Amino acid sequence: MEFAELIKTPRADNVVLHQPLSQALEGTLCLTGHHLIFSSRRRDNAEELWLLHSNIDSIEKRFVGSLGTIIIKCKDLRIIQLDIPGMEECLNIANSIEALSTLDSVTLMYPFFYRPMFEIVEDGWRSFLPEQEFGPLSLMTTEWRLSYVNKEFSVCPSYPPVVVVPESVNDEELRKVAMFRQGGRFPVLSYYHTKNKMVIMRSSQPLTGTNGKRCREDEKLINATLRHGTRGYIIDTRSLNIAQQARAKGGGFEQEVHYPLWRRIHKCIERFNILQESLIKLVEACNDQSHNMDRWLSKLEASNWLTHVKETLTTACLVAQCIDREATSVLVHGTEGTDSTLQVTSLAQIILDPRCRTVRGFESLVTREWLQAGHPFQQRCAQSAYSNSKQKWEAPVFLLFLDCVWQILRQFPCSFEFNEQFLIMLFEHAYASQFGTFLGNNENERSKLKLPQKTMSLWSWVNSSEELKKFLNPLFEANSLVIWPSVAPQSLLLWEGVFLRWNRPSKHLEEAQKETVRIINVNKELQVKVNALRRQLAELETNG
Amino acid sequence: VENVRLLDRLSSRKAALGTLYLTATHVIFVENVSETRKETWVLHSQISSIEKQATTATGCPLLIRCKNFQVIQLVIPQERDCHDVYISLIRLTRPVKYEELYCFSFNPKLDKEEREQGWKLVDLNEEYNRMGIPNNYWQISDVNRDYGVCDSYPTEVYVPKSATAHIIVGSSKFRSRRRFPALSYYCKDNNASICRSSQPLSGFSARCLEDEQMLQAIRKANPGSDFIYVVDTRPKLNAMANRAAGKGYENEDNYSNIKFQFIGIENIHVMRNSLQKMLEVCELKSPSMSDFLWGLENSGWLKHIKAIMDAGIFIAKAVAEEGVSVLVHCSDGWDRTAQVCSVASLLLDPYYRTMKGFMVLIEKDWVSFGHKFNHRYGNLDGDPKEISPVIDQFIECIWQLMEQFPCAFEFNERFLIHIQHHIYSCQFGNFLCNSQKERRELKIHERTYSLWAHLWKNRADYLNPLYRSDHSQTQGTLHPQMAPCNFLYKFWSGMYNRFEKGLHPRQSVTDYLMAVKEETQQLEEELEVLGERLANLQKSQLNGTKVKSKQQDRSKQSGLSTSSNSLANTPQEYSNDLKSFPSRSPSQGDEDDSALILTQDNLKSSDPDLSANSDQESGVEDLSCRSPSGGGCLPSEDSGKDSDEAVYLA
Repeated sequence: MEFAELIKTPRADNVVLHQPLSQALEGTLCLTGHHLIFSSRRRDNAEELWLLHSNIDSIEKRFVGSLGTIIIKCKDLRIIQLDIPGMEECLNIANSIEALSTLDSVTLMYPFFYRPMFEIVEDGWRSFLPEQEFGPLSLMTTEWRLSYVNKEFSVCPSYPPVVVVPESVNDEELRKVAMFRQGGRFPVLSYYHTKNKMVIMRSSQPLTGTNGKRCREDEKLINATLRHGTRGYIIDTRSLNIAQQARAKGGGFEQEVHYPLWRRIHKCIERFNILQESLIKLVEACNDQSHNMDRWLSKLEASNWLTHVKETLTTACLVAQCIDREATSVLVHGTEGTDSTLQVTSLAQIILDPRCRTVRGFESLVTREWLQAGHPFQQRCAQSAYSNSKQKWEAPVFLLFLDCVWQILRQFPCSFEFNEQFLIMLFEHAYASQFGTFLGNNENERSKLKLPQKTMSLWSWVNSSEELKKFLNPLFEANSLVIWPSVAPQSLLLWEGVFLRWNRPSKHLEEAQKETVRIINVNKELQVKVNALRRQLAELETNG
Repeated sequence: VENVRLLDRLSSRKAALGTLYLTATHVIFVENVSETRKETWVLHSQISSIEKQATTATGCPLLIRCKNFQVIQLVIPQERDCHDVYISLIRLTRPVKYEELYCFSFNPKLDKEEREQGWKLVDLNEEYNRMGIPNNYWQISDVNRDYGVCDSYPTEVYVPKSATAHIIVGSSKFRSRRRFPALSYYCKDNNASICRSSQPLSGFSARCLEDEQMLQAIRKANPGSDFIYVVDTRPKLNAMANRAAGKGYENEDNYSNIKFQFIGIENIHVMRNSLQKMLEVCELKSPSMSDFLWGLENSGWLKHIKAIMDAGIFIAKAVAEEGVSVLVHCSDGWDRTAQVCSVASLLLDPYYRTMKGFMVLIEKDWVSFGHKFNHRYGNLDGDPKEISPVIDQFIECIWQLMEQFPCAFEFNERFLIHIQHHIYSCQFGNFLCNSQKERRELKIHERTYSLWAHLWKNRADYLNPLYRSDHSQTQGTLHPQMAPCNFLYKFWSGMYNRFEKGLHPRQSVTDYLMAVKEETQQLEEELEVLGERLANLQKSQLNGTKVKSKQQDRSKQSGLSTSSNSLANTPQEYSNDLKSFPSRSPSQGDEDDSALILTQDNLKSSDPDLSANSDQESGVEDLSCRSPSGGGCLPSEDSGKDSDEAVYLA
């Protein structure tokens, strides 16, 4: 298919662009296969807006006389308005945008056409290979091994080809366990706590059904992770009620009688449409200009978004506490094990593992615990807060995770190597990107799409020194300890950097950021100078 | 009283055993733990309420709430002791004479001269000179010397040059409590001014020629404008109700060239109740997010803060952008008027955003113009209906502005918190009494010390590292966003949950940056020393003489002393479920894994809470008792039956 077929009016002049928090601009609008481009050529400075069609969440059109207005709502939550003279042009443009922003085929997406303008120092597709990540662990313990049982994606379609499992369980047994877990997602290693050798594992729910089916291999697998004489916790991310209901549909949870060494705790983390609706309500509240103070707070409350943040973070803290304080291993699962499970296991690692608070460590975490672990990004991020269509697969699961990370970052502003911008950037790219990283729903799909061969990895771009600079936290001082965030309501704030980004003037906050960087840079420069002088002095003294 | 337990409000598990002492000025709790002997000191004047609760098996609980938002829960073993403590505290916290207050016994070991110097730190005449007054339009009036016209006004009042004593006295007779229009702030760039007064006694139709002339005089003092705004900071309904009592507001028809404007800020009673409601929310034991947000909204507190800010913004805009003078009043002109005038001044003039300027501002708009500190903050036992957090709201407005303009203020959040603390502490004489007249009669300056000198001495603790006098945010008028940006107003947990350190960010950016700046300064000094030594060495080597260089490294690199002001970080109680797990008890005291990190240093020398609470393991909290799932306790041993559902549902 040619994009040109979809573009009847590729260009319109005298278009007026209204953007949040800035003055209206007049200029020229152009449509290309993947971008909407607006450029204003005023004498003093030319301004350009490049918007990916895939970033467009919804569009509305209005007509007053022959003046058409298109309101574009983006997945990054920005809302812009274009006034286009001429009814026909406006209609054509609106239709084109609509068609181009809802392309069915993944291979028509921009990442397949994008050619990078930067020098690629490191191929991000090869930055975090499982074998590589497993290296350090294999030096510490022989209790875990890499298994290639899923190399054809036949045992579990949503798992990567390589997973880490207990040494004592063989591939044949894994196949049996996979039959007993929803979607074949048998328990695999998520995190190894070096300090006390406790582990976090994750899986999907066991298929016990109503008559309490059991699977010896499953029991053996998870018991193999326990040290002699210790017990473990199973954190079920569903309420007991929901978990019980799941039995009627063939799912269920680990019965105590078959897993006597494990204690189950139910924590309710919402997912799917509940999260999606929560996001929609929250963004609506943030965009509502009409209400007074009281209504703002009650709308914020009614959205329940911060409740979800609190519940998710609390569960992650609980897991971290089990590992670090109680010295017990933990298995986490919900139903599919692709959403709330991943939120919990990855947040727990941020609390426990200082490495996850570095840029590379966090990238590796996102790769391991989200991309390779089979969080269905394409389904979840197909639409954002302005979607009208009620498709049932969209949910801001990843955004909620990033929000929780931001909450921890806010409470420990010196313990993260990256800054808030880094998290916002990941949010943007999960929803619309020139990179192939977040395309597809799992490794299986990615390999079929040949993404590593045909598209550029986000990490290749982020890790180039030019870009990386923007995402570094000037306050960072490596903190090798476990960090325990507060989950009290007073400690959890609305993530303004995302939700009020387009409504809140940010000039003064940016200035504060700049000043912070300046203070620290002055300090660093002086250190260098002083050290140089010291050396010089020492040399002179020894020579003389 | 011995064997008293101090409970941690957030966790029932953590209680400290110790001894309770009552002195003439403080309640002191000393922990029994021999190495630390941690002490908690509470000034009697900080105590706002004491509540004796029903005796339980463990003893008799006593709940002490403080005006600086600390809540202390004690359990005293003997009911009789508890009663005695209760009765003593009731008496001690309700002094009837000023002489009983702490400032008359507080002695920071300064000599007389230092004390006098301290009181001279803030000089209002100097401040009016700074504004450019007296000048062609404004002059100082001695009409109120000996407080003959208005006993709640200062002796020195600035009025328009054309306002004669006759006009002033006449106008004062037409204003509540004779608080006639007087100058609060003057903008020398455009001659626009902010004046303040009380409401006119206009009733339904009364007029007063002198009062009309007075407003005329204010307008004439600003030749660039042909009218003035009269801002009534009350809700219109309240102002109208006042008319029935012979008071009210200016009729635009009677005054030439005024524009009258209502800006609805609620009265002290509404504000008192609102704070009360918000504090109840803060005190909830483990609130859900909805409990908290709903309670916060229901208290209306942020709505009131926003109303005050909006009024300040309106006035600042009139003065800075329109160049129009403004007369502000409410009923008596000592609460809302003080709030609004001082917020507007601070928006207009960068000087008030410096440490010294902020002291001057409080001295000018609050202390000198007769804000009733004693009544509002209950220093002496009095009518509880007079109590209201008026200046607390002003202080919060400044914090809200600091959040929006992080580089605009010379001082930091701690400065605001400590001022709030001392408004209630009565440790310094600044905020005693209800008026300048009363303070002079009590000879406050001779008998007590000034807070401003104390804060100034410790100013290094109060600096905002992001402040730079040449930064764009420090210049000119601040322009905060007006409605509808409600989301800009946030709950101030640093103030209202001030003593729950576990709720706050564990690492303080402010302290971190201050440490960096301090190190930078040391590096600069070292650079200079090294440079000199290098130059000397090179010279001496040229001369061929061997100089024995001192090997001592004088300026050993300071490094950021991250561990000196650290706070141990432990997990909160994220779930009750872990409690009864038959493994080992949670290792809460493990030294090796308690995170040593930069945090708000609560042991700064200047900190009024020096001894208040240096909780080494803050942040332990009961979180899950309300959580919808898994709240039940597990059996302590494994039953082995498939009965787990029932157990989890418990």
